[in-house]
Order: sequence, then structure tokens, then C-alpha cells
Amino acid sequence: MTQILFKDINKKDLHTLAVYEETGGYKSLKKAFAKEPDEIIEMVKASGLRGRGGAGFPCGLKWSFLAKDVFPRYLCCNADESEPGTCKDRELLLKNPHLLIEGMILCSYACRIETGYIYLRGEFYDLCEIMEKALEEAYAKGYLGKNILGSGFDLDIHTHLGAGAYICGEESALLNSLEGMRGEPRMKPPFPAVQGLYAKPTVINNVETLCVVPYIVNEGAEKYAAIGTEKSKGTKLVSVSGHVKKPANYEVVLGTPVREIIYDMAGGMRDDNQLKAFIPGGSSVPMLRADQVDTPYDYESLQAAGSMLGSGALIVLDHTVNVVETSLRLVSFYMHESCGKCTPCREGTRWMWQILHQIQTGKGEAAHVEELLDICDNMSFKCFCPLGDAAVAPVASSIQNFRADYEELLQRMTANTV
Amino acid sequence: MFAFSEQAEKEIEKILNKYPEKHKQSALLPLLTLTQRQEGHVSPDAMREIARRLDVSPAYVQSVASFYTMYTLGDTPVGKYTILFCINISCQLNGCDELLDYTAKKLNIQVGETTADKKFTLRREECLAACTGGPMMRVNDTYHENITPARIDQILDSLK
Repeated sequence: MTQILFKDINKKDLHTLAVYEETGGYKSLKKAFAKEPDEIIEMVKASGLRGRGGAGFPCGLKWSFLAKDVFPRYLCCNADESEPGTCKDRELLLKNPHLLIEGMILCSYACRIETGYIYLRGEFYDLCEIMEKALEEAYAKGYLGKNILGSGFDLDIHTHLGAGAYICGEESALLNSLEGMRGEPRMKPPFPAVQGLYAKPTVINNVETLCVVPYIVNEGAEKYAAIGTEKSKGTKLVSVSGHVKKPANYEVVLGTPVREIIYDMAGGMRDDNQLKAFIPGGSSVPMLRADQVDTPYDYESLQAAGSMLGSGALIVLDHTVNVVETSLRLVSFYMHESCGKCTPCREGTRWMWQILHQIQTGKGEAAHVEELLDICDNMSFKCFCPLGDAAVAPVASSIQNFRADYEELLQRMTANTV
Repeated sequence: MFAFSEQAEKEIEKILNKYPEKHKQSALLPLLTLTQRQEGHVSPDAMREIARRLDVSPAYVQSVASFYTMYTLGDTPVGKYTILFCINISCQLNGCDELLDYTAKKLNIQVGETTADKKFTLRREECLAACTGGPMMRVNDTYHENITPARIDQILDSLK
């Protein structure tokens, strides 16, 4: 079993600098400083590492898009983990904060960045304190600050807490929030690589993505690229939750069949119930049917199956669930989290919630399913940011794959009326 | 009249050092958070003080503060302990709704309210990123995972 991020995750006191260094921590810095910054970017490109936050954009390519010769530049680590079903970054931050710091140092060196921020969701106050402590240790040891390890390279890293808003996980909303504004997404372009934080070139990466970089620098791009499938390289942390016996975060080699993750790693279905559906990549991606359980867990295969890998949250539903209730819960979430900036998202999430709520509470009408599909159609790719599309995913996919669940509720209602 | 505590003043100094001088507005959320933690709410008076420190208008502070769910705007503080109960998908699949009802009944309040002795505030919360340990609740800064009625009794009864 290949373990890169979770290799030593349960080692006692891994969060301390001393123990982290025992496991080989911070060794990559000297290797990196012996190379030109651009060489590190090339390595990350060659490794095939893709963003682990949700979009899956090639990491090295993102770094290479920074506006040329414009300084200062910034790094923002996205630790706003809020995608329902996802709790992998929390485990990394809680147990291995130095791994993130090491990754941020490498990224900053490669991209010639001298200031980094870790944007943590407001509810991660405990993690913020752990991170502050780890930063203090790293400064004291000379891994941060001026002239790191005599390389002439300077870097400061600061924590920044959000205050409860899912949308701040969207990169441009995160930047607004970090600048002391409402967390509404920005128009793109310009992309953050050109005009990001304080209108300067900015790299925004998810916690997990940055945590992979030390391995690539230590072991080489080829070694990382040898793991996984042809296009989905490496491992992915998968948060397996819902109706399984052993819900937990698992480090999965990309391309592993979903069946293996659910039945081998996570111990199978609770009470040995039947698998009904699974949401492979967090609440924002379409749900799939039990007969698709042999789909390999990688970017391309999940997309071909009609869904996405997203943030890597595998939510498992057994046969006792009516997916209308699941959709209602998720749409209720998106309605709550819609920032209200654009109409299709602000109104669409509310309309979908109203209809689903009627169906769920026995007040549904036969035409409601088509109405829902119509709203989905009017939201898809028509919203200002991806939140609108995310809200469509559970509704459209539950109708497509489990229409019988809707009909069951509607028929029950008709039977009651007669 | 609102005033930051001595401890908070030290924090503010550290916070302002994190951001470039001309972008001190970045300290807005951290200052609101400091206020919320110190007072249990964010009053109009406090917003005026934050506005003064960051050279923005009080109305601007309010417009930002009202966007985020973790600030209790107004003059009524939350209880000594705020219980955030995750009700999102992974927790729902594992029975959080029943546990939330149980907790509300135990505290004899509705969700969203504060107990008469000002000890507990109970709130419904969206995903808190502890999905593999659902059902879960966060009491002030502490995450409690895999909760049951017995665990809830134990946790809440132990809080003084």
C-alpha cells in the first residue's frame, strides 16, 4: 500500500518539529535550494500532481502561470475545508502541520514568493492554534524568516481565520475574505495568478496539494508519476463517510476501484446492508448508482461515469435511504451558503429547496420532477461561480439515477389523497 | 462602552503585523473574531471601534460582518458554551437529526436559542469537516465525534 501523505500520520507527537524531523521532515529544503526555482516548477509539472481541492487543475502549470516579473507575489493555502463529506485536510492539519509548512516553503521558493497565508475556516480555531505553534517552531529552527538555511531566500507564513462561509473555499471569494471583504467570488479573468491577493500574482493551493510537494522534491517527479493511472497520478486522501463500517480518511492510489475502497478499506456496508448510491467527490458532484461501484477512483474514470473526483469525499448511502431526502439536505445547504450575488444561484437554490421540501413532506405534484430538471437546466453553467453548478449536481443526478425514489413519494401522496 | 481587553490589544498588534501596512483592512475578520470571543457577540459599538482602527466606515464593518455566520451581531451575547450541531449529509446519514432533537429537549430550548441561565446556545450548523466521525458536534472550540445520547449527557453535564 503506497502511503505518501499518511505514511507516519499516527506517529505519536508527529505535530512537533522534533518528531517530524525524525521522520525525514524538512529534508527537502536543502535539495530544493540547490536547484533553480524554475526547476522545482518543472518537477511538479512532471510529477502530474493535480490540485486536490476539487477542480483537479495541474499544480505545476498553475504555478507557471504567475505573471512574469511582478512582485511581491503571494501564496494562499486554502484550508477552508467545507465541502460536505470532506475532512481530510483537518486530519493533515491536526496531526502533521509541519508537512504543510514544508510544502508551502517549497512552493514559495519555486514561485519566488515571500509571504504566505493559511486561510483556515473559522471553525478550525483549534487547528489554527496548532498551526501557530508549528510556525513558531519552524521560525525558531530557521526554516522560516530571513535567509532560510543560508539560501538567501526569505519567507513569512501567517494564519488567517475565516468566519463561517462555505463560499470562501472558492479561490477568489477566499481572496476577498482575506482582504477583509464579504466572501463573494470575483469575476475571472483576471485569474489569481495574474491579479490575486492585493491585486498581485497569487498561488492558491489546497492543503493536501501542498503536502504532496515535499515527496516530489525528495523522491523525484518520476517516482510520484509512477503511482496511479496514466492521467491521474499519485495518491488521494479519500474521506469515506456515511453507511460504512469503518468511516475514515484513507490514502488511496488513484485508479483503485470504488468497490475496494468501500468494501476492503472501509470494511463494507454497515449492518451488511445493500449499497444503493455513492457520491464520489463531495456534495458538489453527481451521485452514482451501486452498479457503478467498479469504477476506478480517478479523475477520468469518475468523469466518464458521469460524476467527478472533486475533493475526494466518498459518501456512501445504503438501501434504506430515499435520495429525495439526501437531495433536500444538500440543496438546503447550498441555499444557505449561496452568497446571493447572482440570480440563478440565489433564486434557483431556493426554488429547488421549496419543491423538494414539498415532495418530501407529501405535498408534491406530478409536474414537480420536470420543474426541478428545468431549474437545473437554468442554473447549469449560468451562475457566476461553481456553487450554482454544485447545487444542481445532487438534484439532477438523483432524478437521473433514482427517479423511482421521487415517484414513490409522489405516489404515496396521491394514494393518501384518494 | 466597548473596549478590547489588554490581552486582545496584544493580539491586535500581532494581527496587524501579518498584513501589509496599506492593507490593514485584512485584519477585519480577525478583529471581529476577537470581539466575538471576548464579548460573545458583536455590538454596533464594537463595530464602530473596529472601523476606527482599520480606517473604514462602521457601515462597511457591518456589511462584512453580516456576511459570515460566526458573528452574533447585536447586543445579546451567546451562552457560555455554543453547541454547533452538524446537520449535513454524512452526519444526517448517521442520525444527527434525532440527536439534535434530543439535545434541544435536554436543554429545554429550541434550536437557535440560549438557555435561561445563559450557559448553552444550541445551533444547527452546516458541515464542520468531521464527516468520518459523524454524528458530531462542536462545543466552543472542541470537536466531539461519534456522539450518542449518553455521550451528549456526559459532555454537557461535565461543563461547569
